[in-house]
Amino acid sequence: MRRVVITGLGVIAPNGNNLKAFTEALKQGKSGIRYYEKLKELNFGCQIGGAPQNVEEMRERTFNEEDRRTMNEALSFACLTGLECWNHAGMPDVASHPQKVYEDTGAVIGVGIGGLDTISQTLVPMINAGKVRRMGSTIVENIMASGPSARLAGFLGLGGQVTTNSSACTTGTEAIVDAYFKIKEGRCNRMLAGGVESSSYFIWGGFDSMRVLPTGFNATPEQGSRPMSASSQGFVPGSGCGLLMLEELETAQKRGAHIYAEILGAEVNAGGQRNGGSMTAPSPAGVIRCIKTALARAKVIPEEIDLINGHLTGTFADPHEISNWQKALNISPKNFPFIQATKSLIGHGLGGAGGMECVAVVSQMHHGFIHGSLNCEDLHPDLQDYANSIAHKTINKEIKIVAKASFGFGDVNGCIIFKKWE
Amino acid sequence: MERKAIFEKVLHIVKPYVKNQEAFAAANDSTKFIEDLKINSARLVDIVLAFEDEFSFPISDEEAEEIQTIGSAVDLISQKFNAK
Repeated sequence: MRRVVITGLGVIAPNGNNLKAFTEALKQGKSGIRYYEKLKELNFGCQIGGAPQNVEEMRERTFNEEDRRTMNEALSFACLTGLECWNHAGMPDVASHPQKVYEDTGAVIGVGIGGLDTISQTLVPMINAGKVRRMGSTIVENIMASGPSARLAGFLGLGGQVTTNSSACTTGTEAIVDAYFKIKEGRCNRMLAGGVESSSYFIWGGFDSMRVLPTGFNATPEQGSRPMSASSQGFVPGSGCGLLMLEELETAQKRGAHIYAEILGAEVNAGGQRNGGSMTAPSPAGVIRCIKTALARAKVIPEEIDLINGHLTGTFADPHEISNWQKALNISPKNFPFIQATKSLIGHGLGGAGGMECVAVVSQMHHGFIHGSLNCEDLHPDLQDYANSIAHKTINKEIKIVAKASFGFGDVNGCIIFKKWE
Repeated sequence: MERKAIFEKVLHIVKPYVKNQEAFAAANDSTKFIEDLKINSARLVDIVLAFEDEFSFPISDEEAEEIQTIGSAVDLISQKFNAK
């Protein structure tokens, strides 16, 4: 039976644009949510969001002029993150083997919405102006859903399957689950997996229009993302990229890679949009079945779980989510494992959320801490019984088993059981 | 505009897309964009658009197809520029 371990991490997030900065931000409880004047100008109700900072500076340090000209934000995020992940995994320096193809290595990098910056700034205005033939050569590679994985594969010389998944806010987690099964099946020995989303306000606008974003925190952006709080008004839109290097155990050991964690089991499913599920809400039965299946595959009993990294976005759905976890685990609220909401620090990274949050999980396991969940001192009334399971500030604590879940529009679910490598 | 000035402007426009810097350093009229400078063929479209912007005249698809070397680009631009 092939086992799958994690040998590298890469991340670009609103509160830290590399692994070290992100880990430190989690530890310090540093929010990446900021006010954006542009959103006010455009009459958004929610004028706050999460976007990685100093990206242009990073692009200049990392890429040549052609690369900078030809990569939009999602491609840039994915390539910056992918290069960090590759180096963190201790893979060979690509520049010193420029012609090498890594035939046993692939990538699954998901996007939720895609290259709307390019679509809105170039494609639509130029075509409408009759200038289709002056758009240049780079439109397709920037707006195709697989653009981020494809571009990264070119930098690294990936020769295994290079693909893209999309399942709304489950995307990043689903990518990791897909890569896990591909490696387990023996179709690849190593895959970069996770998700990416750009910070285009054309992406955020659709959610503002749905009235699911908070409007009352434009003057206090860092207080806007409030998963599990009684005064939460919705999720804060975010962006970024998080990738894990998944590797078959013996392959990793043979090259002497540092192993951070193992994926013990995983599941993706859907609730069928029945029994309370819809395009925009998860069916409790589907969520419970997803978590239970992941645990059964991992051969982990609920009492072994040290930490739940929830989907927990800051909408009315948070108490329902925790109720679903409770039913899936069948542990009384008083004895519940720790529950955390990484989105309280970075907002909801949409297609990038699962990737960034899985990086947070593995980094916390490696460094032995549980980051605090911000802005839920006024815990939702339905969650009072779980008060002891929710840390508001970082706790230094060894964690061995973490259950991570993400849920998305379309009533789709994903759950991964991670174990610290010892 | 003098041919030499056009030659320099062509080099400046092409530079970001060049993958073989040695060949670029020794560039002359017979230097080929794809074979010698190793420019990604898709980016030739962007280079032709940049010529149009720099010299303010349109280049047809047929004309663009003839641009394979630095010399052929400079010749086309000189001819069109001086006919303006």
